[in-house]
Amino acid sequence: MAQEIKNSSDQNRYHKEIDAVQYLSFTMENEEYGVDILRVQEIRSWEPVSRVPNVPYYEKGVVNLRGSIVPIIDLRERFDLKFSDYTPLTVVVVLQTRDGNRTRTMGVVVDAVSDVITIDKNKIQKAPDFGSKVSNEFIAGLTSVNERMVILLDVDKLLKLEELENHNN
Amino acid sequence: MSIDMSQFHQVFFEECFEGLDAMESGLLNLDTGDIDAEMINTIFRGAHSIKGGSGTFGFHDVADFTHVMETLLDEMRDGRRKVTQPAVDVLLGSVDCLRTMLTSIQEGESVDQAAVEKYKHALEVQLSGAAGGAPAPEQPSSRTEPEKADDEVVASEAYEMPEQGWKIAFCPYLDLLKTGNDPVRMFRELAELGDYSVSVNARDVPGLFELDPEECNLSWTLQIKGDISLQEVNEVFSWVEGDCELDIQPLTKPGKTVPAVKKIEPEPILPETGAAKTELDETEAKTGTGNPESIKQSIPQPDNDQTKSPKSSGSNSIRVDTAKIDALIDLVGEVVITQSMLGLISENFTMDQLEQLKRGLSQLERHTRDMQQSVMNIRMLPISFVFSRFPRLVHDISAKLGKKIELKLVGENTEVDKAVVELINDPLVHLIRNSLDHGIEMPADRLAEGKPETGTIELNAYHRGGHIVIEIIDDGRGLDRNKLIAKAVEKGLIAENSLLSDKQAFELIFMPGFSTAESITDISGRGVGMDVVRKNIQALGGNIEIISQLGKGTTISIHLPLTLAIIDGQSVAVGDEIYIVPLVSIIESINVTEKMLNKIAGKGEAFKLRNQYIPIIRMHEVFNVPPKDKSKPSEGVIVVVERQGALCGLFVDELLGPQQVVVKSLEANYRRVEGISGATILGDGSVALILDVPGLVRYSNRQTQLSSAA
Repeated sequence: MAQEIKNSSDQNRYHKEIDAVQYLSFTMENEEYGVDILRVQEIRSWEPVSRVPNVPYYEKGVVNLRGSIVPIIDLRERFDLKFSDYTPLTVVVVLQTRDGNRTRTMGVVVDAVSDVITIDKNKIQKAPDFGSKVSNEFIAGLTSVNERMVILLDVDKLLKLEELENHNN
Repeated sequence: MSIDMSQFHQVFFEECFEGLDAMESGLLNLDTGDIDAEMINTIFRGAHSIKGGSGTFGFHDVADFTHVMETLLDEMRDGRRKVTQPAVDVLLGSVDCLRTMLTSIQEGESVDQAAVEKYKHALEVQLSGAAGGAPAPEQPSSRTEPEKADDEVVASEAYEMPEQGWKIAFCPYLDLLKTGNDPVRMFRELAELGDYSVSVNARDVPGLFELDPEECNLSWTLQIKGDISLQEVNEVFSWVEGDCELDIQPLTKPGKTVPAVKKIEPEPILPETGAAKTELDETEAKTGTGNPESIKQSIPQPDNDQTKSPKSSGSNSIRVDTAKIDALIDLVGEVVITQSMLGLISENFTMDQLEQLKRGLSQLERHTRDMQQSVMNIRMLPISFVFSRFPRLVHDISAKLGKKIELKLVGENTEVDKAVVELINDPLVHLIRNSLDHGIEMPADRLAEGKPETGTIELNAYHRGGHIVIEIIDDGRGLDRNKLIAKAVEKGLIAENSLLSDKQAFELIFMPGFSTAESITDISGRGVGMDVVRKNIQALGGNIEIISQLGKGTTISIHLPLTLAIIDGQSVAVGDEIYIVPLVSIIESINVTEKMLNKIAGKGEAFKLRNQYIPIIRMHEVFNVPPKDKSKPSEGVIVVVERQGALCGLFVDELLGPQQVVVKSLEANYRRVEGISGATILGDGSVALILDVPGLVRYSNRQTQLSSAA
């Protein structure tokens, strides 16, 4: 713990001197992911959703977020990780995405939120090409914090849902 | 004083567009040749306030341009210039040009300078035309109304420029401030014109206790020195005509006369920091300058306030009659009273107060319902917001086509939801263009047919049931059913020898790719329109019908729901889910017995209702909801719904009861989902989806086809 505190003060110093960005990190299946903290609207606990028919299985449904209808997306399933049951610890990170000049609010289900990390922009590594095994289209970059790899996600690409085909017919 | 002016830009633009609309309709009415001085005044005021506003906000291009318009209008107003058709056309064009300029500025784009210069030049040609020709002496004949006292001064002394300046006795009526005028601002404007001094007469000011801060008890004597025309002085006071006694005298007797045409130079109006120091600042501080007739009210969209894009902000404010706001405030007061009453009861509740509690709750319910109604009322706008654009359209297009057409507007005050108003415009424009182009014949043809030379298009709006009906009635050539059918056969849209009723034949024009016009004009006839029109209207939850008589004319009626924000719905349970079926599409709900059910080709299901076989859609299957315990239609309920005349039965587990639901957009944060038109929030805070019945039926049919093909 003490090391962590020291570390974060180190990071604060970075923050002043270098081009730094802050990310909210969370875990899924022991992997650590990060999203731009400026896109995080709030963090909520999981609550039952209203199912929406005939949409991909990872789009769990919609909830009432203070009068707005907000979709909830299971990030595990989006990434083809094994589905795990929702527990009281399961959290929903409410994110804001931009699509053209529209802003949308969406919730993503993750295992647990871990930390707010400050990252030197120059130390973000571009996502390598994993070939066809892993799609890297949502990945904004990789970085390491305390020797752990954090996968930084591109919120806009991640939550750009394919429109249903032929919906006009 | 440094204020961030950009916060007022939105209001400024709205006011400008309103002003432009007023000018446009005024100019169109001038066409008739009967010149109404009040009308010219209205147009002039529109131009003047745009000029003033744009000067204040630093849009000097706009101010300069409007200034030229204003000069021309001013001369018309004073009767120094005849109102000619070319002049009116140039002004109309300038209104368009100004609108484009304002739109560009609003969206942060650069202004098309070439177009602006073109119109500016045209205006200047109009202006110099009078100067070069006979500098038209006073033409009292062109006025139809007696002018007010101060205008007579203009008429007789307009050409006279005093050498020294003017002495102005300005004695406003008590209610001047309530009209939104602010003397301080007017004086600052005067100060811009020249060297100026003011003395105030506070004789009539009552004691502090009798003082009504909204009344203007002061009067002023102003002296202004410099080379200033009476016109310029009058301009300053042009907004307070009728609200004051005004006497403008030259400081010295006018010596020489100057030509009528004055120099065109932009004059800054309403400077934001007053150069003149007057002792009246406290008056300004005390009085509001809001216009009591209408209140600017921003109503956030209930569903997408977080997702608003900056560009769409233009249509997010609404003008509301104060009476509506007052009614709402009264209701809120009632609710507060009821709430405090309930609070009191609950504090020391005993069972014998039960009756009281119930009464209080039912009162609360009534007030809530009234409040909902009156809030919905605020969203209601008169349909004239849409209709008012059409005189111009008809004017322009009929001139282009060489047709004589009169447009009649009926029921302009019919109120309809703001969202409907915004979305109905394009379909209506299309339908009117069609009537103009295809419906009404050329004047010669009309005379040959024994019809009056001038064709009529009537736009009629009225309420019927929970709907608004908009009719477009023309007395043109009507639809030829044989021609329609022949065309449809030729295009392969229907089979030859198909028997169609008149109604069905007319409906053909709504089919994609259908156009009977022999030649495609730039006005209509590409055959992409009518199907889009129908689709748009259906998307609003309405429908469109055509009645036509060959040679007599065509009537197109559009039925639209009054509001899109709240619908009556029936909530139904399907498995663990709750869906809302819009009440308008429900015909009835019935329990069926095993005997009534029939299988079709082993897959489809139908049941017989009063000699009609109705297909059944199993909601569990269409929506992939795990069924609870009711797997047979005979165990649940069939909700019979209608889609464009065809019936269909939705099999659901049970009915949960009717309720009014507030429609929330699913697309705002999510996406369009087939068979679902929106979502709503139920009493317990959970979300229920609202079914889009036509979409659902289409989707289900396609699914069936897919599964039978597989």
